[in-house]
Amino acid sequence: MGFLDINNATKSYGSVQVLHEVDIEVEEGEFLVLVGPSGCGKSTLLNMIAGLEEISSGEIAIKGQVMNGVHPSKRNIAMVFQSYALYPNMTVGKNITFGLEMHGVEKSTRDAALGDVAKLLQIEQLLDRKPGQLSGGQRQRVAMGRALVRDPDVFLFDEPLSNLDAKLRVDMRTEIKKLHQKLGTTIVYVTHDQIEALTLSTRIAVMNGGYVQQLGTPKEIYDTPSNLFVASFMGSPSMNLIPVTVRVEGNAVYADTTTGDGSPAALAFAAPSEVLKSYDGKTITLGIRPEAITDPEGADRNSTHIQSVETMVEVTEPAGSDTFVTCTLGGQECIARMRADADVQPGQKMPFTINMEKAVPFDPETENRIA
Amino acid sequence: MAQSSVETDIHTSVQAPAEPDFKTRLQSWLPKLVLSPTVAMVLLFVYGFILFTIYVSFTDSRILPFVNAQGATSYDLIGLSNYEKLFRLSHWEIAITNLAIFASLYIIICCAIGLMLAIFLDQKIRGEGVLRPIYLYPMALSFIVTGTAWKWFLDPGIGLENTMHIWGWTSFKFDWIKNGDYAIYTLVMAAVWQSSGFVMAMFLAGLRGIDNEILKAAQMDGASNWQLYRRIIIPQLRPAFLSAFVILAHLAIKSYDLVVALTGGGPGRATELPATFMYSYTFTRNQMGIGAASAVIMLMTVAAIIVPYLYAELREKK
Amino acid sequence: MAVATQDSAVRTGRATRFVLYTVLLVFALFYLLPLFIMLVNSVKPLGEITGGSMIALPQTWTFEPWAKAWSEAQVGVEATGLRPYFWNSIRMVVPAVLISTILGALNGYVLTKWTFRGATVLFGLMLFSCFIPFQIVLIPMARVLGEIGLAGTTTGLVLVHVVYGIGFSTLYFRNYYAAFPTELVRAAQIDGAGFFQIFWRIMLPSSGPIIVVCVIWQFTNIWNDFLFGASFASGSAAPMTVALNNLVQSSTGVKEYNVHFAGAIMAALPTLLVYIVAGRYFVRGLMAGSVKG
Repeated sequence: MGFLDINNATKSYGSVQVLHEVDIEVEEGEFLVLVGPSGCGKSTLLNMIAGLEEISSGEIAIKGQVMNGVHPSKRNIAMVFQSYALYPNMTVGKNITFGLEMHGVEKSTRDAALGDVAKLLQIEQLLDRKPGQLSGGQRQRVAMGRALVRDPDVFLFDEPLSNLDAKLRVDMRTEIKKLHQKLGTTIVYVTHDQIEALTLSTRIAVMNGGYVQQLGTPKEIYDTPSNLFVASFMGSPSMNLIPVTVRVEGNAVYADTTTGDGSPAALAFAAPSEVLKSYDGKTITLGIRPEAITDPEGADRNSTHIQSVETMVEVTEPAGSDTFVTCTLGGQECIARMRADADVQPGQKMPFTINMEKAVPFDPETENRIA
Repeated sequence: MAQSSVETDIHTSVQAPAEPDFKTRLQSWLPKLVLSPTVAMVLLFVYGFILFTIYVSFTDSRILPFVNAQGATSYDLIGLSNYEKLFRLSHWEIAITNLAIFASLYIIICCAIGLMLAIFLDQKIRGEGVLRPIYLYPMALSFIVTGTAWKWFLDPGIGLENTMHIWGWTSFKFDWIKNGDYAIYTLVMAAVWQSSGFVMAMFLAGLRGIDNEILKAAQMDGASNWQLYRRIIIPQLRPAFLSAFVILAHLAIKSYDLVVALTGGGPGRATELPATFMYSYTFTRNQMGIGAASAVIMLMTVAAIIVPYLYAELREKK
Repeated sequence: MAVATQDSAVRTGRATRFVLYTVLLVFALFYLLPLFIMLVNSVKPLGEITGGSMIALPQTWTFEPWAKAWSEAQVGVEATGLRPYFWNSIRMVVPAVLISTILGALNGYVLTKWTFRGATVLFGLMLFSCFIPFQIVLIPMARVLGEIGLAGTTTGLVLVHVVYGIGFSTLYFRNYYAAFPTELVRAAQIDGAGFFQIFWRIMLPSSGPIIVVCVIWQFTNIWNDFLFGASFASGSAAPMTVALNNLVQSSTGVKEYNVHFAGAIMAALPTLLVYIVAGRYFVRGLMAGSVKG
């Protein structure tokens, strides 16, 4: 039994089921991120944990106590909202201590707690201001302060960074991660931004269409996505998905495809499974991350399965730290991530090296990974 | 982040049973509890009363509380005969003819003046801040006040006609308010005076809501000012036209105070409207059944305009 | 209303602008004329009205018509002036405005932040009640007021105005609270605030503008009402509008136009004052009542 247990929880509005049997166990101190496109049910799940929405069936328990039907304020949780939801008519200090006041905590204790939180978040000088006088980043801190001051069992974050500009978002992301490392609190965090999910979490639940598509560590999710949705949703630029034909030759398994000008190319799989061999002669989808396709000098020297394909450079997009190069494989546009100083010109024909250790095969019918 | 008293406080509540406690259940009922007096009032005083009036319109009641022609405190259900009688009454026919004239002129002129003033005011006019409140203040006045002012101003003996005579234009004649054929137009005049500023405000809000970049694009395309308004701007004011129509139409049907103050329904029955008809049949002529029937007709007319409008508005919001 | 300063794409020439200003000024005069006539003629001796131009300024200034309208004029049977009726209106309007605004605020809060199945239908029913021709409720209302002993009383009028004013006040608060972030209510719930605590501590402190709009609208409407006043309180409990009408329409004696005008201004003054002080909110109320959302 975990610290926060979600047991077969579902949510329906009338006859429409928006969340299908979700089963997640969160350990104490974990940072779980729920990530997915809008409408995938991630916010609904968060609201169900908070008690803001009822659970249609199943159970949610915190520290072994079943929380179905328990009022949000009695679950010992705290939530940071997307809009920060600061009370506009109260000062920052009042905003932070309002929850304690509602729980009947003595004024002196409230003030002490406020002092601690303000110091931790470095907002001491803002306590007498109204939310309207704060910048976006400051509001964000106050919203976190309001959550922290309650010393809750579980912190809930509902897209807390999406209202900030790009630079501030990165700063606050680091700050949240630092806080988590320092305080060791249990966090459930909702976002639609896959980078946020990968950088912050200890575990990620990728959601789509009301289902949890995959639950795992950021590395598991990134390296071995369990289906095409996870593969294309996580990572930017997203995973290249190339149609290839499986060819078994003794112990070796090849993925047959074509290059930009239609000439054939064969890529040998690194460690083909028996299941993959059963696809002999069939067309499957091969997922390759952009960073697994490079110029020969940029290839991963630790990899033992580097394959080379000669094809044409179509577009180059220098992005400062990297250069993204577009080519065609199997009739599909492919993006390769190369070093910034890689010498490539559009129209030039050159060898692209593919790290087959990082290639993931998918069944195009079921869309699931071929294990 | 350790505050001991908070922890103990919260931990006791966590150990509470997971069943919803009394306070939580009360909280979930409170919203409905708070809304219920209003719902009860509206259901009783609006919808209950509407049903009651419809019921009365099917009876031969003459005055409150339910006295019939024989003076006994009883009444009979007489089906639709009040409605049949109503539509045979020339008095009622005059009232609805007047309403048709009054309402259509009132709506058309208000919209025309309102639109014109709004467009003119939208030309970066200096002193807009002074003009706008002047156009709008009549809306804050009671129709009784408006009626009183216009009644004496239009009175040929002391008002405009008299003034013109004093100024030397002795042939000037303006006695519409005393003239059965024209009195209805004085009603239109006073009502337009009262409401056209409001329509102006609605159109002005609509004009200010139009994306300026569209207008600039149209000018790049070579549209003249006239074409700009006719082809681009005015078509975009459709919602404002619709709202203005609905508001003005229901105000016209409900018009009562202005008639009472300005003409008292006269001369003769020249400015009688359904609202004044209903009042006099119900309370002064002791024909409550017919009065009720006329009220039902009025309600149905308003509902035919308002219900589709409200339905569309509420659906959009979802 | 929108601010006047905007970068308008429409350009106008000199001649056009002359026409624009002329038309706008002529209409300003048209709207001001009745007010001007009322003011000017309320400070003239009667002889100057009957014997002279209504548009001319007074030759002799006199405030006697005002005094007469206020405390001496024959209204109904007694020569009390309009004073007692003015106070009737005040006694009617204050509680009716307060109650309908408070209920409207609570209703708006429930209908936006605690919605439930059928809430939209209920709101639709309330909204329709704003627009019904009140003739449809006169008969049963007269009867009910008679039976509960409130016929011909100010209390009865308060009840009537609350009942039929609540639709609009609910509409105002509902539309205002619909734009109020629901996340704030959720945050307060997690903080442990209850239904009334959220209303009192979170919603109300941010409701200033809409309270002003609602109070002004209700005040104007209830003060200016004539139909209910004439139907349910025509005697000594009559409100100002009914008394003014009785004064103007009375067929006995000489028609004292100057007194009528003074009375009319008295009846208009409270709403006019509100309009001058808070016209911005008045317009917002008008718009919110018509172009919903």
